[in-house]
Amino acid sequence: MKVLVAVKRVIDYNVKIRVKSDQTGVETANVKMSMNPFDEIAVEEAVRLKEAGKAAEIVAVSMGPATCQETIRTALAMGADRGILVQTDDELQPLAVAKALKVLCEKEQPGLVILGKQAIDDDANQTGQMLAALMGWAQATFASKIVLEDGQALVTREIDGGLETIKVKLPAIVTTDLRLNEPRYASLPNIMKAKKKPIETVTPADLGVDAAPRLVTLKVSEPAKRQAGVKVADVAQLVDKLKNEAKVI
Amino acid sequence: MALLVIAEHDNAVLKPATLNTITAAQKIGGDIHVLVAGSNCKPVAEAAAQVAGVAKVLLADDAALAHPLAEALAPLLVGLARNYSHVLASATTTGKNVLPRLAALLDVAQISDICAVESADTFVRPIYAGNALATVQSKDAIKVITVRGTGFDAALASGGSAAIEAVSAAAATDLSSFVSAEITKSERPELTAARIIVSGGRGMASQENFKMLEELADKLGAAVGASRAAVDAGFAPNDLQVGQTGKIVAPELYVAVGISGAIQHLAGMKDSKVIVAINKDEEAPIFQVADYGLVADLFQAVPELSKAL
Ligand SMILES: Cc1cc2nc3c(=O)[nH]c(=O)nc-3n(C[C@H](O)[C@H](O)[C@H](O)COP(=O)(O)OP(=O)(O)OC[C@H]3O[C@@H](n4cnc5c(N)ncnc54)[C@H](O)[C@@H]3O)c2cc1C
Ligand SMILES: Cc1cc2nc3c(=O)[nH]c(=O)nc-3n(C[C@H](O)[C@H](O)[C@H](O)COP(=O)(O)OP(=O)(O)OC[C@H]3O[C@@H](n4cnc5c(N)ncnc54)[C@H](O)[C@@H]3O)c2cc1C
Repeated sequence: MKVLVAVKRVIDYNVKIRVKSDQTGVETANVKMSMNPFDEIAVEEAVRLKEAGKAAEIVAVSMGPATCQETIRTALAMGADRGILVQTDDELQPLAVAKALKVLCEKEQPGLVILGKQAIDDDANQTGQMLAALMGWAQATFASKIVLEDGQALVTREIDGGLETIKVKLPAIVTTDLRLNEPRYASLPNIMKAKKKPIETVTPADLGVDAAPRLVTLKVSEPAKRQAGVKVADVAQLVDKLKNEAKVI
Repeated sequence: MALLVIAEHDNAVLKPATLNTITAAQKIGGDIHVLVAGSNCKPVAEAAAQVAGVAKVLLADDAALAHPLAEALAPLLVGLARNYSHVLASATTTGKNVLPRLAALLDVAQISDICAVESADTFVRPIYAGNALATVQSKDAIKVITVRGTGFDAALASGGSAAIEAVSAAAATDLSSFVSAEITKSERPELTAARIIVSGGRGMASQENFKMLEELADKLGAAVGASRAAVDAGFAPNDLQVGQTGKIVAPELYVAVGISGAIQHLAGMKDSKVIVAINKDEEAPIFQVADYGLVADLFQAVPELSKAL
């Protein structure tokens, strides 16, 4: 079985982002970029399936500017076999990403597609569900455990009240949650090997996808800042402040 | 113009998050219809009919809808959505799972996690863990929206008297099926609805020590929350995680115990009215957002606090 993973290049989760003063977006020049953490989990899961003999080939897909090559290389160093870059400098919204992934799924015929549950930049949490809809496949979102059986997968999902296990027919879409696995660090030899693995580059137009944004961002602003309060000396003073100043207890 | 709100429920009780979503729909304006899709869920429809501001309740009662599986719900929603200008659901794990599937089937974008309504087509949503707010305008004919509960007050649960109309579920699919669930049982208030939350982080050091927080929570009538580090370490169940990728909360009082205050954690609680931090490291970033900071060893401070209440 072939596994397709979608890997997005995002601002590193450790970076404290800054909103541009003209309110058109956030500062991305000279900012550290990394693979979306949920997508590292997706790649790790695919590699584990391959190591367990359940997956034959792993294809890593990224969409965005040419620099997304680096993100694909990271996936290749972790153990993916080859990459596809859908290259564009235009803004891609989840529906467009899902449409491009659909065309790639039709071509590649994967048995499983693993995506992150959300990208930590735009926090949309949509792409996997949209791809499932477009393919007419089942979706198992927010996965914390995946067990493959013949023709189906048992997936445990992190839901608001606890955990839920569902059975989905393959091919299916899975989106990762934090506790699915702990992604490995790529070893130096594997990073070297990854340089020789193939990456195919296509454009949204090559795939016949209309990637025009449906949402127009009118402005990006900074939320109201919270002021630091006071330090209290001890528990007694804390209780007094909560009772008599804040009046919340 | 009519708007469709998808009710969140467990076939017995209408979840409070739906009331916040109804308020968001009211801000957009128009007739508000609420869809209750489930199995043996008439009591939920009756509760929805009483919510102030609801014009009509649609009830899809079918064994195939006993669990809110996206594959079963989406065909029903697609059939209904074309009659509406907006379809809204709460940004809960159910809403987040189902609505993007609907949006793609309608070939429209989804507007995720809105926290304010500017007009019928323009909304504000947090991005980058809430460190920026994007104002976005939708060009699509049908707006599919998930709503962040903390951005809107709850609609009144009584005062309405909407008619209940039955609608039929779509044909069943064999794509997915429910197997089992482990729902965390707790007498404490639900995290997203609690007035007070006591949250523990890696500093708690073990699952046993969380009992100390539970005692404090019970003294305060509070819910218990946790950081990702505490959940990853197995100190607390996953559904207690507060943050960018967990639950977003905004209680009257949030007490962070042994939590450093990472961006991803702050994203889930920085809109709380009053924040208290207890941490032994006076440089911990959590103190930059705390109204009251106590630099202390939590193993002394928490029992002392429980005793003082
Ligand atoms: C103000 C603003 C301006 C922006 N400008 C630009 C811009 O100029 N150029 C630009 O490229 N983007 C831009 N973006 C980002 C773009 O809008 C988001 O990438 C898009 O909305 C997708 O949302 P998401 O990644 O949160 O999706 P989610 O649905 O949260 O993503 C879930 C998963 O889908 C997969 N996925 C999503 N996107 C990709 C991808 N591109 N490649 C591979 N896998 C993917 C990943 O597995 C990911 O974990 C901008 C965003 C904002 C808010
Ligand atoms: C993709 C992604 C998503 C994430 N999503 C979330 C999320 O939704 N929610 C979330 O919380 N995190 C999230 N994180 C993790 C986040 O970056 C931090 O790692 C996490 O919040 C740290 O948890 P913590 O504060 O409990 O632990 P630490 O950062 O280790 O802090 C522990 C604190 O306890 C204090 N302490 C220790 N012992 C004592 C004592 N005896 N008395 C008093 N104080 C003590 C220490 O001084 C320290 O400040 C995410 C990370 C990534 C990459």
